[in-house]
Amino acid sequence: MDFYLQALQFSLCLGTMCMGVFISMKIFNIPDITTDGSYTLGAAVTAVLLSHHYPLIYVVLASMIMGSLAGALTAIIHTQLKIDALLSGILVMTGLYSVNLIILGRSNVPLIGTSSVFSQLHFFSNEIYNNLIIGLLFIVALVLILTYILKTDFGIAMRATGNSETMTKSLGINNNKMKIIGLAMANALTALSGFLVAQYQSFTDINMGIGIVIVGLGSVLIANALKTWFNIKSIISQLILVIFGSLIFQMVLAVTLASGVDPNLLKLVTALFVLLIVALPRLSSILKKNK
Amino acid sequence: MISLDNISKVFNKGEVNEVTALKNISLTINKEDYVVIVGANGSGKTTLLNIISGAERSSSGKVMINGEDATRFAEYKRSKWIARVFQNPYTGTASDLTILDNFRLAALRTQSKKLSIGINASFKKKVQDMIAKLGMGLENKIDQLMGSLSGGQRQALTMLMSVMDDAKILLLDEPTAALDPKSAASVLELANQLIKEYHLTALCITHNLKDAHQYGTRLIQFKEGNILRDLDEEQKSNTSLQDMFGWFE
Repeated sequence: MDFYLQALQFSLCLGTMCMGVFISMKIFNIPDITTDGSYTLGAAVTAVLLSHHYPLIYVVLASMIMGSLAGALTAIIHTQLKIDALLSGILVMTGLYSVNLIILGRSNVPLIGTSSVFSQLHFFSNEIYNNLIIGLLFIVALVLILTYILKTDFGIAMRATGNSETMTKSLGINNNKMKIIGLAMANALTALSGFLVAQYQSFTDINMGIGIVIVGLGSVLIANALKTWFNIKSIISQLILVIFGSLIFQMVLAVTLASGVDPNLLKLVTALFVLLIVALPRLSSILKKNK
Repeated sequence: MISLDNISKVFNKGEVNEVTALKNISLTINKEDYVVIVGANGSGKTTLLNIISGAERSSSGKVMINGEDATRFAEYKRSKWIARVFQNPYTGTASDLTILDNFRLAALRTQSKKLSIGINASFKKKVQDMIAKLGMGLENKIDQLMGSLSGGQRQALTMLMSVMDDAKILLLDEPTAALDPKSAASVLELANQLIKEYHLTALCITHNLKDAHQYGTRLIQFKEGNILRDLDEEQKSNTSLQDMFGWFE
């Protein structure tokens, strides 16, 4: 049982990253690979600042600002130098690997005996429940903040940019500026995820971000499938679905591990699972035809 | 309202496929002119519209809009004067946004989009009243996604959206090319009505000579990057549809 509760908690920590991917993927229609780098960046900043005993509020702000800078850089390369969004993200992600290594000083920094969000707030005496409620609080706050932003006039402009750039330009919107702000937001959320996960697992590892964008992508795709299924339109429900997507994803991985699959195969299972979700509409139409 | 001074546009300069789309065009469009532009494909009509809207920069020459030198203004900055309706009904509206959201954005064309919620009951009412004029029954569907509407409905809404915020110039690039004849007629009728009601200066490209004959206060024919004919209201009304067909033979 604890095993699944831990998976649940991990999915909440990753939830903010999934919301970041939702912003870049679904709202701006940009496949942003910076995620892998900015996730570790958030965790690296967290590890270094926490081991120097900085107050948590500084740590969380510093990781989010660093994440947003990474995202903004990708967007600037994409919009100003006219380089393909995918390539811009890969370039920044690759560069970030070295940056993260410089920040961390070595490839792995344990966080033992340092304070963390999970140890500073006490709601339950049971550690797992306490951690869960803290993760949940973060997610609820973020869902509410994001819902508000997306409903404002600025948010409508953001959502329209991913739809028709010709239209937004003709309505006085600077698309390039919008994309820079959007990717900065997305990667700030991703770095926040790194901040949470580093404290949840009590260490930061230089390789922890490898393939994390696929987890985000998979969660957003699950959310998208549920959205079409239940014909959901409101913004808040879409964001909640993304969190559900993250939850389903982590549960599938937890079940896989529990069933005795070699942990080394986990990335392969992840990739296959995402492939399955992406291919599902096509597969089901092929099956229907053959009936 | 708009004055173009010696505008030229060359695509792929210096390459094998170099094309001169506009050749030293000078043109003054007065306030509340409704200019209809005709011409064969590749005659430079759309390039002209794009240079006015800022979607493309001219290779040489000067663009003045409302007394300001707009030659170097980016497209999004020119939106303070210019509203546009595109050939493809799907580019003028955002599919994944509701009708209401689309109108909200259009209502802020010349203003900044702030981090506050601007859609309230009175704004909804305003949009509903406006849409009700179309007589399409869409006023009760403002929370529906734009993507669920037909091309004709979307083009009619785009037309309405252009007057949601203060507009001086309306650019119509073959707005009815993708529509069925009935929708096309009602969209053009709507455009005509809005141009009059809001005292807009309008430019409309069309391939339909009947429409070109019926609408507008000025008629310009383009040929190979030059202005071949420029008829004022009186000359235009003295020109028969038969004469116009003759221009293209």
